[in-house]
Formats: sequence, structure tokens, C-alpha cells
Amino acid sequence: MMNMMTNIKHHLTEPLLMGYAAGTLPEAFNLVVATHISMCDTCRAALAEYDAVGGEVMLEVPPVNMADDALASTMALIDGTAQSAPEKPSPRSNGIFPAPLRAYVNGDADAVKWRKIGGGVSQMILPTSKDASVRLLHIPAGTAVPDHGHRGTELTLVLQGAFVDETDRFGTGDVEVANEDLNHKPIAEDGLDCICLAATDAPLRFNSLLPRIAQRFVGI
Amino acid sequence: MIETYAFTKAGAPPSPPVYDKDEAKKSCIAGAGKVKTKQLANRMAWVAQVHAVRDDKNKTAFAELFAHFAPRVKSFLMKSGASPDLADECTQEVMATLWNKAHMFDPTKASVSTWIFTIARNRKIDILRKQRRPEPEDLPWGPEPEPDQTEILALQQETEQLGGALATLPPEQRKLIEKAYFGDLSHSEIAAETGLPLGTIKSRIRLALERLRHAMK
Repeated sequence: MMNMMTNIKHHLTEPLLMGYAAGTLPEAFNLVVATHISMCDTCRAALAEYDAVGGEVMLEVPPVNMADDALASTMALIDGTAQSAPEKPSPRSNGIFPAPLRAYVNGDADAVKWRKIGGGVSQMILPTSKDASVRLLHIPAGTAVPDHGHRGTELTLVLQGAFVDETDRFGTGDVEVANEDLNHKPIAEDGLDCICLAATDAPLRFNSLLPRIAQRFVGI
Repeated sequence: MIETYAFTKAGAPPSPPVYDKDEAKKSCIAGAGKVKTKQLANRMAWVAQVHAVRDDKNKTAFAELFAHFAPRVKSFLMKSGASPDLADECTQEVMATLWNKAHMFDPTKASVSTWIFTIARNRKIDILRKQRRPEPEDLPWGPEPEPDQTEILALQQETEQLGGALATLPPEQRKLIEKAYFGDLSHSEIAAETGLPLGTIKSRIRLALERLRHAMK
């Protein structure tokens, strides 16, 4: 199923790739980045460059001496650990979700526990560290997500179907990076229902009263 | 072509390759044609060292890797906020991981420095930030069973060029990149620390990365 990746038009930004390589992003963002890279060879190659930058920066830092017995302790540590069998590469997806996402859902799309949040839209919030949040969104074909702005950064990765907003069309594998400047109203295209993985480091800001009230109860 | 038993994978049983660092460097320099830098030779020697750990659990090779990389991993962890004791302990775990996962290292995809960095970074997220680290799924095609020497050399050479380019960046640009990787600072936190406006930081980092890429071409 993974051959849809050649059509990806919207990629991760440099700060996101660098932050993922440096290990400084919130867990929720890391999940979106890892899931997108599983689908996108362009970003996978770019990430390899950012990892390499990290390695070179590490080589250049002034070294700090290890404790005198550190090598001996490490050898003891190695002898103490049962030699783990070489791990198998992650099994390839046959469904919709790449491996990193399946690990958070405990399965593929059919394992998602959807909760309705109004307007036909459903979500499942995935457990991550509290500095940001990430959820799966199910938007029926032809349906609009309530008009909203952002206080922080919002990443939206399309896993199935497509949506359009004021800026462009986002198809399967595309990721939209939205910040404070963007006020948008995504609409799922006709055809397949749209399933997205969306992460934000601040609550969304809905522009009308009703969704704002609903927000208190559903935790968007 | 590069003829060297030191770099050849143990594809020819029964005798695993005998590891010899100096031999590894010499044969690299002899075989690499126009690329005869000492740094590249070191880089190829690290590859040989990891392979020696993988193929015959070679403790001499491991000790050499330890001597070079452990103090740098420790420094990285301390710059990311670990106390010296915690950094020492984590570094030992990182180096033990290198031993246990030497079979996972693919020198056509990464330099040893890159690989160790990713292990250290993941350990940092685990220990200091207490978070899971989602990783991209592997590509459907696995690592080549018998990686081609020219491919290995090309990747190592590219990484060496990247390191060289990083070293020649204007100091303030290099500092920002270091902070982004080691200070555990977001761009806005870097702005607060350096007193530079966020837009300037972002454009400087972008400029620095463009230069790096240009230098690698």
C-alpha cells in the first residue's frame, strides 16, 4: 500500500526535521514526523542529513573525560545484558497506518476508538507527553472542520482521503504546517472519508461560539 | 577498487577478518584515490572497528571506539542538561548499545558518528525527557547483505565534507546550530538567550544549512 508516497507535495519544514533529529520536539510532533517520514522518501533523505549534522556537531564538542572505570563498567554492563536477538525490522503495513502510528493506536485504522465531536467529525486522542497533543481525526467526505485559528503550531498529516483549505489541497501523505497566521476551514474532499493525524502545541481557537463551548468538553 | 580485508564483511567464513586499525587506515588511504585525508581514514577505521565488534566481538576495537566517542557523547548529554554522573551512566548505556546492535549499523547509510549520535539522542529523550521516541518504519528493502566498498566510502566522504563545512561556518552560525542540537533549546529560547530576534535566528540557521548543503555538493 505504501506506493502512494510518490505523490506527496507538502513536506516537513526544516525546523521540524532539525528538531526531530536533535530530539527537541514534543512527543506528539515526533509522532507526526515519524509517520510522515515512513511515507515520504524525500523527507527520509533530508532527515539523514540532519542526523549527520548532529553527529558532526557531537564530534566537535570539547570532550569530557569519562570516569576512570567507565570502560570496565561498560564491559560489565554488556556481559550482564542477555544478548538480545537481532530485532526484526518493523512489519510492513498492509493497512493505512505506518508502524510508528500503529504502535500508538495498538493497531491499524480498524482498531481506532472513535469518539464523535460534532459535525460528523470523530477523533481519538493518542497518549503522549503533555507539552503537545496529537489526535486522529475522521472527517466524512464532503464535511468541513469548524473554522479555526491556532495559538501555536499545528501539524496535520493526511493518512487517507484528502482535504482542501484556503491554502491548497492536501492529499494522502501530505502534511500541513500551520501557525498563528493561518485561520482555516479544512473541508474533506468527496470520495473517501478523510483520516488525519493532527498535533498541536496549543489549543486550537475556534472562531464561533458553539465549537468553543464544545471544545471544553472534548479536549481539542 | 579498494582491496582490504579489514573492511570486508565477514562474508568468508571460517576465518573472520582480523581487525587492524592501522591496516584499515593504510588501505583506505591507498585505495581512496584522490581522497587521502587523515580524517576520512579515521572515519573508515571507525567503520572497521564497528564491524570488528559485530563480527568477532573485538574488545580492542571497542575500546578504541570508546576512547574516541564516549567523552563526546558524555559532553553532548551534559550540554543537554544531564549531571556529570548521569551523563557518564547514560554514555555507558549508549556504548553498550553500540556493542549489542553493531549488526544494525549500515555504513552505506550513515557514518559511525551519525549512528552513535542517533543512539545518544534517543537515550537522551528516554532518560532526560522521559518520552517515547516514535521512529519511522524501516524501508521494505533491508540493508544490503554485502555493502559495496565504494558506496561505503562515498557516504563516509560526504559526511566528512559535511563536518568540514560545519567547521568553516562563521562562528555565530555554527554556535546556533550547536545550540539547536545540544542546548535543548527551541528557536524562541535561543532567541531569548542570544538576544537575537526570532526571524534572524531562523534565517541564520537556514543560511547555515544552505551553506552546508552547498559545501557538500
